[in-house]
Amino acid sequence: MALKGNLRDFSFSQLLNLISLAKKTGTLQVHGPERATSISFDVGKLSYAQNSKKDHGLAAILLRSEKLTDKQYQVIKDKANNIGDKELGLMLINSNYVTQDEILASLKTEFVSTANDLFTWEEGIFHFENNLKPSADKISLLINLENIIIEGSRQLQEMERLQDELPSLDMALKFTDNPGTNIRNVNLSVKEWRVVSFINPKNSMKQIAKTTKLDEFEFRRIVYSLIQAGLVEIIRPEGVAPPTPKVPTLPVEGAEEQKSLVNRLINRIRSL
Amino acid sequence: MQTVKMVVTGPFSSGKTQFIQTVSEIDVVATERKISSESERIKETTTVAMDFGRITVDDDLVLYLFGTPGQKRFDFMWEILSEGMLGFVVMVDSSRPETFREARRILETFRAYAPTPYVVTANKQDLEDAWDPEDMRIALRLAPEVKLLPCTATNKESVKNALLELLYSILERMESD
Repeated sequence: MALKGNLRDFSFSQLLNLISLAKKTGTLQVHGPERATSISFDVGKLSYAQNSKKDHGLAAILLRSEKLTDKQYQVIKDKANNIGDKELGLMLINSNYVTQDEILASLKTEFVSTANDLFTWEEGIFHFENNLKPSADKISLLINLENIIIEGSRQLQEMERLQDELPSLDMALKFTDNPGTNIRNVNLSVKEWRVVSFINPKNSMKQIAKTTKLDEFEFRRIVYSLIQAGLVEIIRPEGVAPPTPKVPTLPVEGAEEQKSLVNRLINRIRSL
Repeated sequence: MQTVKMVVTGPFSSGKTQFIQTVSEIDVVATERKISSESERIKETTTVAMDFGRITVDDDLVLYLFGTPGQKRFDFMWEILSEGMLGFVVMVDSSRPETFREARRILETFRAYAPTPYVVTANKQDLEDAWDPEDMRIALRLAPEVKLLPCTATNKESVKNALLELLYSILERMESD
């Protein structure tokens, strides 16, 4: 029987739970308004995942996990573009570019991240194709779903909180005018430094997130921690006009008549 | 007859219904229901549609006060209620810091619907564990120019003060245009 529907009615965590309990083998394809994702399972475990917005070749995955440099990636793309992932992996291991463990860890991070992304989808048509496996040249893993379900649900809650804290990434950031704080004395991670280096009233948060290549969740988490530490504050980007304050809706026209009406209200409230 | 409208908003159980009741000349038309959700069972009833109070100014001018539903699942009412409002009051329960984030979200949402003047009230200041308004300003991340008023919604003078401060802000906005 076909397993298909909409994430709006049957959430991704429910789907994962079902696949895990029923020990299903096959591929789940989800088509959302902006992108499509495909996740393969082998006897109820996650074996492969790819997202239509990302290059899912092994070289691109290793570049994203910083196991390959831009230059190495470019050489592979130019000279070995037609080689399958398994063959490319062996070549990279044999030439001492990366170890087998590094490849497996990078793939696991990529697959789990692709799956985690689906937790945030409110809508998406899904279809589970029984026994459909990834192509033979792809490297498959076997990742337990329980941790993904728990971690994904936790991240979803955290994302909701971060969205409350940072409702719009169209705003910019600036360093706070706090003379007691010197950012050089604060211990920041590499990713946090990357964000910090782009903080400027001219750059919107959306632009910084794109430039630093951080996913939205990670970017929001970094910005939130910088705000909480009192290092940065949110401002309107330079060159973007603030929304025009709206003169309240009044049943009379003309400035003097409107002021008179408000004064009547003031006098009445005072007299209560 | 001319009518003007102000909206009283804020998180669940922040005191919106009481605020309107304190100054309304009619019994507030409150659409309250018993609370079914255990997590929101801080009080017995909550507003499910809106509260509605009235202050007659003179023969041809009436001020209506609308209170928004407090529970998150009635958010869809906010946009309807904010249409054509003169300004709005954001009520915050000073003794429940766990609601401050929700208060900020509501404030931002209303500002987006209609950038009309507003005031924020630090309500329930009569309670022993109420936060100091200036600490609340920091927690709510309110800019210095935003009016944050200590308030006790059961006290008429306190409610009058909040409404007057909002009206002064409206007048200032008109004069600066």
